[in-house]
Amino acid sequence: MSTITLEDIIKPENLVYKKTELLTDNVMSYCPGCGHGTAHRITMEVIEEFDLEEKTIGIAPVGCSVLAYEFMNIDMIQAAHGRAPAVATGIKRVYPNKIVFSYQGDGDLAAIGTAETIHACNRGERIVIIFINNGIYGMTGGQMAPTTLPGMISSTSPYGRVVESMGNPLKITELVAQLPGTYFVTRQAVHTPAAVRRTKRAIKKAFENQLTNKPGLSFVEIVSNCNSGWKMTPVDSNIWMEENMFPYYPLGDIKVDGELVKQK
Amino acid sequence: MGELRLMKGNEALAEAAIRAGVDAYFGYPITPQSEVIEYLMAEKPEERTGMVVLQAESELAAINMVYGAAGAGKKVMTSSSSPGVSLKQEGLSYIAGAELPCVYANVVRGGPGLGTIQPSQADYFQSVKGGGHGDYKQIVLAPASVQEMADFVKLGFELAFQYRIAVLILSDGVIGQMMEKVELFEQMPRMSDDEIAEKYPWAVTGKKKGAERTIITSLDLDSRKMEEHNHHLQRKYAEIIDKEVRYELIQCDDAEYIIVAYGSSARIAQKTIQLAREKGIKVGLLRLITLFPFPNVQIQELCKRGIKGWLAVEMSAGQMVEDVMLAVNGNGKVAHYGRYGGIVHTPEEVLQALEEKIIGE
Repeated sequence: MSTITLEDIIKPENLVYKKTELLTDNVMSYCPGCGHGTAHRITMEVIEEFDLEEKTIGIAPVGCSVLAYEFMNIDMIQAAHGRAPAVATGIKRVYPNKIVFSYQGDGDLAAIGTAETIHACNRGERIVIIFINNGIYGMTGGQMAPTTLPGMISSTSPYGRVVESMGNPLKITELVAQLPGTYFVTRQAVHTPAAVRRTKRAIKKAFENQLTNKPGLSFVEIVSNCNSGWKMTPVDSNIWMEENMFPYYPLGDIKVDGELVKQK
Repeated sequence: MGELRLMKGNEALAEAAIRAGVDAYFGYPITPQSEVIEYLMAEKPEERTGMVVLQAESELAAINMVYGAAGAGKKVMTSSSSPGVSLKQEGLSYIAGAELPCVYANVVRGGPGLGTIQPSQADYFQSVKGGGHGDYKQIVLAPASVQEMADFVKLGFELAFQYRIAVLILSDGVIGQMMEKVELFEQMPRMSDDEIAEKYPWAVTGKKKGAERTIITSLDLDSRKMEEHNHHLQRKYAEIIDKEVRYELIQCDDAEYIIVAYGSSARIAQKTIQLAREKGIKVGLLRLITLFPFPNVQIQELCKRGIKGWLAVEMSAGQMVEDVMLAVNGNGKVAHYGRYGGIVHTPEEVLQALEEKIIGE
């Protein structure tokens, strides 16, 4: 019996899955187990499937995904901390026919950039915001975020977040859903194959809204893990996320086609 | 001859923005420059040229809208006054790092803090020494008339795109608010998206299939690369110093003394020169048009001609005077005079200062 070589396997008829051309071959800087890589992939797959490569401009934030432009193989601009929605506004207003999205973490979007987030949503900018919420500042080494849960330990809340002195975790997604300027607001996750499929559908809907010039902003929150910052294994961090993050940040659509979804 | 109008400085700046073919203006109201966005909103430039005008939620947001649109290769502008310009410094540092072209105006008011809404020139250091973090420069144009408020918009964009740099029109509450005759330049066309994509390969306009993507960033975690980028920026600034110094010499041919001033102080100093010459004092005026680059070489040449003393006149406690001292480099007496905190000096006060601080001793 002859040996099967790699060349025998890599044949068009055997191809069941291929990495999108819109991701570069650069080694991702994210920690193993982190949800960013999946979120990048499905975002780029959506852009590829809609054939939007030539008209899309992405905005990278400050935080773990500051280097998103190293991985997303499209035209990208890196914004100052929290200012991505303003940068996106500037681009979309001068190029109304291009597709513009920002990709931001919780510190960027819900702390330092709260004003830019709320006002871009309130103006109904016809852009997409992809918001990764892992409840912590990952890049700077695990400090408390606006979304850190009560009692949750971080390097700046070493005895747990005390809401009386440190404030409550901010549900900014529910907040922006209340604004007439948002057209689609949803909260998803990428920790299981089923969740990834749902999130991809949500991102698809968000880009479709922009593509068909729907009146308002599409906002996709992805609740994700930060196994490094949470000091857990990737598997444990996903279990912890399901048990602790999801009750506070429930998954599902909050606003669809400009209408708030009735909560069960 | 172009169209003549009687306008406020702020209005002339706004009208010039439309005529210069600017694609977008993002701003936030603040006294004494709110007429800029008010004029633009009233003029409906989206109907005249397709220009976008948007009132942002803050100066921070406005400068980051500028960052985005400039990064996409568009001709884009903002304006503010001192406290608002402080808020823009973060964005301006990013614009410098990412080498994006833009024009913005600061209609300076007295500070520090919320200060006063009256005119001042106390933002000189912020304007020419950096303002935001990091080693960077911007070209600073100082209009001394309503005419120059209009003309420097056009000039500013030429320089901004030539060097991929922010150009600051450093005005003040006097120039912004006063009305003068202004000759407006003809309407210039806006560039099409295709022209922009072709002319500015550095701009993010969408990646062509099979082509390399374009990235706009001021970040490089590799310090060696970041040092090289800084070298590149410094070479660019050196070229600007070499080629773009602009100034005006008024009655300097026979001068024994020279007043150095810019903006409204230069206008006031012109009257001082008249008063001084009536008294037989041979004094001239070096009016700075560019504050960065600063006319070091030109001042050194004047020193060789034997200028006895220099009076730096500015509505501040003494900022530009430091650059005059550096340029004179001990080859003549240098002193500062200026009222500040919102007070505008008179020609007589400037003359008195010249006699006491420069001639008298």
